[in-house]
Amino acid sequence: MSILIPCPHCGSRPIQEFVYGEIPAVPDTLTDPDARDLDRAFMRANPEGVQAEAWFHLYGCRRWVRLERDTRTDAIQSS
Amino acid sequence: MNEFMEKKVQFKWHEPKKHYDVVIIGGGGHGLSTAYFLATRHGVTDVAVLERSYIGGGNSGRNTTVIRSNYGIPEAVRFYQRSVELYYQLEAETERWIMHKQKGLLWLAHTEAAVRAEVARAEINTAFGADTEYVTPKQIKEICPEIDLSGGGAWPVIGGSYHPAGSTARHDRVNWALAEGANRRGVHIHQRTAVTGLLMDGDRVTGVETTAGPISAKVVLSAVGGHVTTLAKMAGLRLPIRTHPLQAYVTNHYELTFNPIVASTSLLFYVSQTARGEMLIGAEIDRQPSYSYNSGHHFLQSCSFRAITLLPFLRNLRILRQWTGVCDMSPDYSPIMGKTGVEGFYITTGWGTWGFKAIPAGGEQMAQLIATGQTPEPIAPFSLDRFANDRTLADRGSAGTH
Repeated sequence: MSILIPCPHCGSRPIQEFVYGEIPAVPDTLTDPDARDLDRAFMRANPEGVQAEAWFHLYGCRRWVRLERDTRTDAIQSS
Repeated sequence: MNEFMEKKVQFKWHEPKKHYDVVIIGGGGHGLSTAYFLATRHGVTDVAVLERSYIGGGNSGRNTTVIRSNYGIPEAVRFYQRSVELYYQLEAETERWIMHKQKGLLWLAHTEAAVRAEVARAEINTAFGADTEYVTPKQIKEICPEIDLSGGGAWPVIGGSYHPAGSTARHDRVNWALAEGANRRGVHIHQRTAVTGLLMDGDRVTGVETTAGPISAKVVLSAVGGHVTTLAKMAGLRLPIRTHPLQAYVTNHYELTFNPIVASTSLLFYVSQTARGEMLIGAEIDRQPSYSYNSGHHFLQSCSFRAITLLPFLRNLRILRQWTGVCDMSPDYSPIMGKTGVEGFYITTGWGTWGFKAIPAGGEQMAQLIATGQTPEPIAPFSLDRFANDRTLADRGSAGTH
């Protein structure tokens, strides 16, 4: 079964209709501008657990959906 | 040794010691290969390989076993060509039948832009030691008569590149051969021993915390697939890695021999035949980052549709099983090997969807790095600091699928 994303406008829709959007997490401790740019351009939080995400409903209402997903199980926690 | 007469793999299991010279985290292909080359080439045998499950149980047992070196940038062509050459010797060297079979690899182009890319690939491969040639549709039909050159009307095959060295090997056998070779020379392999933390002395990594107690080491190598971000975080490192699932599946037995490996980078799939006769089909990573091994019907549907477009005979086969691995994708689609900036902690990661073919060369080079403390020249461009130095090795066109 493919993952279903709860869209507030269209209801529960399969993940293939959406485009994944990452919410970048740059640590506050990076005060050096070069290090911060490097981090922003390349480094990924890539958490094993719940992460906040934005999904764009490309083949639907064309709006952004914010939700939390557990990357270990793909279980969607909230929308 | 051949397929009819073979000795069982012999392993010696040990109790974990309190200290090793080298601790390798991850008992997959790259970890075992590093241990093997440390023991055989450098005489370093005070080595422990720690595996949280069983050896080769992660991506080393889930990949689609393609071996090739037709990459698009000089550094990668040289490195993977070394690996292709080591694979040819591996059977004689380990005295184990790894079912290495040279098949030849066809990359098909459906657009003018893709034709230009394949012409460039053939040129750059020839210049840096790999064997790739540009082929016309007529030659493609001769190499692989099963291909529908009209591509169902929508995806006509107008050219391609042919890489005769393209081969496959049995992934479990590669892992076992390397593990046995290392183990016989005194390397300890600890299965079901998960690393739960790193032992730090200031900024220095001095060992690992495991489910079997702490183990100190002069050098710790992370050869982890999938969960490397979590491990690196323990050493205070952030990595340019995102973990994506990759799915693949096999059909039932196809009665005829299908010799080549066929791939299309525009249609994003590749097909080969396993030694059992199953047709093995794979494609690109799932778009969402995830550590989950879930696989889905949508993938089977979309990938089969694309595969049947070029290989219509596949439509008569049935899907037997499907599985998923999790891939560490680097932003430039090239691996990350070498020192990390943290003393005593080396890393080999970013193997994404292209790790299996690099097992011998990756292990050989990492073993040399560990034994000498100096980064060998072939892997120097693949260091972690290339992102900070603006020296990324973008090669998505060669690595995006397998």
